[in-house]
Amino acid sequence: MSTELDSPRTLTAARGRAAQRGLTTRQAVSDRAFRVALLGATLLFVALIAGLFVELVHGSWESIVTFGAGFLWSSEWNPVTNHFGALPFIYGTVVSSAIAIVIAGVVGISAAVFLAEFAPAVVARPVSFFIELLAAVPSVVFGLWGLFVLAPILSQTVEPFLQRYLGFLPLFSGPIYGVGLFTAGLLLALMIVPTVAAIARDLIQAVPNELREASIALGATRWETATRVVLPSARAGIVGACVLALGRALGETIAATMVIGNRPAISASLFAPGYTLSSVIANEFTEATSSIYLSALLELGLILFVVSVVVNGGARVLMWSMLRSLGRRP
Amino acid sequence: MIAGSRLAASRRVSGIAGVVLTGFCSALAAGLLIVILGYVVVQGWSAINPAFVTQLPHPVGVSGGGVANGIVGTLIIVALATLMAVPVGVLTGLYLAIYGRGLPAECVRFLAEVLSGVPSIAIGLFAYTILVQPFRHFSGLSAAFAFAVLMLPLMIRTSEEAIRGVPTAIREGALALGLPDYGGVIHVVLPAARPLIVTGLLLAIARVTGETAPLLFTAFGSQFWEVNPGNPMAALAMQIFTYAISPYDDWHRQAWGGALLLILAVLVLNIGARWALRGRTKRS
Amino acid sequence: MQTTVVAAENSVPVEDEADVALCARSISAWYGTKLAIRDVSLDFRRHSISALMGPSGCGKTTFLRCLNRIHESALGASTTGEVLLDGTNIYDPGVNPVVTRRRIGMVFQRPNPFPTMSIFENVVSGPRYTGLSRNPRELKDLAEEALRQAALFDEVKDKLDDPALSLSGGQQQRLCIARALAVQPEVLLMDEPTSALDPLSTLKIEELMEQLATNYTVVIVTHNLQQAARVSNFAAFMLGDADRVGSVIEYAPTQQIFTHPNDRRTEDYITGRFG
Repeated sequence: MSTELDSPRTLTAARGRAAQRGLTTRQAVSDRAFRVALLGATLLFVALIAGLFVELVHGSWESIVTFGAGFLWSSEWNPVTNHFGALPFIYGTVVSSAIAIVIAGVVGISAAVFLAEFAPAVVARPVSFFIELLAAVPSVVFGLWGLFVLAPILSQTVEPFLQRYLGFLPLFSGPIYGVGLFTAGLLLALMIVPTVAAIARDLIQAVPNELREASIALGATRWETATRVVLPSARAGIVGACVLALGRALGETIAATMVIGNRPAISASLFAPGYTLSSVIANEFTEATSSIYLSALLELGLILFVVSVVVNGGARVLMWSMLRSLGRRP
Repeated sequence: MIAGSRLAASRRVSGIAGVVLTGFCSALAAGLLIVILGYVVVQGWSAINPAFVTQLPHPVGVSGGGVANGIVGTLIIVALATLMAVPVGVLTGLYLAIYGRGLPAECVRFLAEVLSGVPSIAIGLFAYTILVQPFRHFSGLSAAFAFAVLMLPLMIRTSEEAIRGVPTAIREGALALGLPDYGGVIHVVLPAARPLIVTGLLLAIARVTGETAPLLFTAFGSQFWEVNPGNPMAALAMQIFTYAISPYDDWHRQAWGGALLLILAVLVLNIGARWALRGRTKRS
Repeated sequence: MQTTVVAAENSVPVEDEADVALCARSISAWYGTKLAIRDVSLDFRRHSISALMGPSGCGKTTFLRCLNRIHESALGASTTGEVLLDGTNIYDPGVNPVVTRRRIGMVFQRPNPFPTMSIFENVVSGPRYTGLSRNPRELKDLAEEALRQAALFDEVKDKLDDPALSLSGGQQQRLCIARALAVQPEVLLMDEPTSALDPLSTLKIEELMEQLATNYTVVIVTHNLQQAARVSNFAAFMLGDADRVGSVIEYAPTQQIFTHPNDRRTEDYITGRFG
């Protein structure tokens, strides 16, 4: 530890090199490689998405050519005669998802309002935490629970109850199986509630406080402020959140497969078994023997893909437009 | 005066009713986690024993056996998927954070958002058409590829946010020393962004660990020990699915046991991710 | 236009051309389309301390950031003009800004040690990652000398592997000075280096600056007049016009600018007649 304050020897030694330094070849190459790697990874990602679309179109081409647009509204699904139509699956998907989004929308938005506007932090924090963890529960676990717990409960209590009082409606008539459109819709609702609740809560919190204060200053109660001022300003975004959740319900596979009954039929009754686009792919893809069968299943996948892109793209645009209108960066 | 106070009373009642109702909905959503968790623990606990986590599945009709090959298969597939998703995801996130201005970058961001909503089964089909069909056999690798694609949107978004979150002062500190772009990023910016990136990675891993749908026609499943990702492999989530829809009580029991393992793994990953984040926000 | 002439007249208080280490010629800088400084020309004498002072928003920091081409790293920021370092224009198309920044070090307003690195790693991060030296022994010596020059060595010699963020604010700032010195710059730019520090730490850094001037050309931005008077050999007074476009009003030896300012506006500022 000699004191060399006045004659910094290493610094002086380094100064010779320092004076004539430039980028070494290695640094120049690394810098270039770095830029190439960043751009390359990004292009690879874009190529992956393009590839996803191209491969699905390519795989379904045989089916697209053979059945044309009629694929969408033919209700025959017959691997023996090699005649395929997607209508029963589209019906099952739409009905189960519709049930899901109605229930999840009401419950999720209510929960979001409570968490963002009313709940004290000691309540909001753990409840939010639980709801976010619920979103992490694997769908196969939801399916297992739906199959062995939810379906029996529904078939023994809820569905007979609905049938007794609303059985005159075709929706609630017919034999009760336990598994079916209603059970699948309810299970899907439980699965997407966290999505609606978490995103809607964030959007509600993004509404500027000045709006709330202005409303309170006018003599409105907190409830009136929440429902008449805050919710309307967040409306576009909340609709977006619901659309996003709907997208998840439309594409959800395993849980739906486990409780929907897997029968390619269109029935008016919600208690009847149905089938969704994704669950028929899950069940039949590895058994598809003929190439047209495989192609028809891939076309179902293509429909799912296109629908999800439209639904998600729309949801993002809605949520961005809300945040923009409030002057926040998305 | 009287009319005024009557109005106030009805408004107060509707306010209280509203809070109670929305509060009930919150409790419902949060309580659901407890209900499901409770069922899985109660039902699954009896299935968990040393044999369950160390043995291969027994043939149909023979009781006992375990899901050891599924646990190993899931670990291998998820590890491979992580190896694929991390470089692409982090580099793309870096690109967006550093050069991400203007229309092309906005498009990439939009694509990532959209991809995060594409059903996993469609991504499984993609993996099937490019990695299973051409080679004419199912493989763990194709499943890992599907998982990697599923992980990418989250990896990209969290990486970008993490890197943007590094203070400008820190980045300029590296610039002012004359570090080349890559040097500053690799030695200064990435280390500072690491906790957040790790959080995103843990969440992405948690997401795919519980995925089942894309496995059905990629990994396909196996009754045997299979550690070669070039071959069909078992995976825990797929075993739960198969056992659950089978007609055997013993398999149902094992499905609950598997579900308990799976949900524990996923919850630990999620809580770990949040915990890592909390440590960071506290420090800064 | 008039400003330009005045600035040019005041740009060379240094008599001997060879004594000029850094020379800014007609520097204008923009943030997007907003002009921040117009036509600033200043010469900085070798191994002296030059202070840039003026009210906030006068563009002194922007000008400083043009001297090592860090201004242009911000989104939409741009610069015109020349900065001559030993006669070479660092804005020449053939000159790599990364290399330039190794010759012109910078210390920022707030201490910005790299948060994930230890004290030692912070000091050697420059030489190590610019490729100046990778030899562990040499890095160790470099670190010691840089820390000694920054008057920090005695305080940290027993805890070089502690996190840099465990240091106090004043220590962190001296660590950042050591970090800048370890790359062996010829010029050291300091952007209000003590504005975030307590008086004691400020004093230490001011003493340090005087020592540094024996080996380095120091340019310091400060809005603290006493500081400029205490530490600098030369001082420039900058002022923003009605559109908040900054330019140099006066540049002279510090002694002169504080006792006989030429310009009325300088006098007003120094005597506190500005807000």
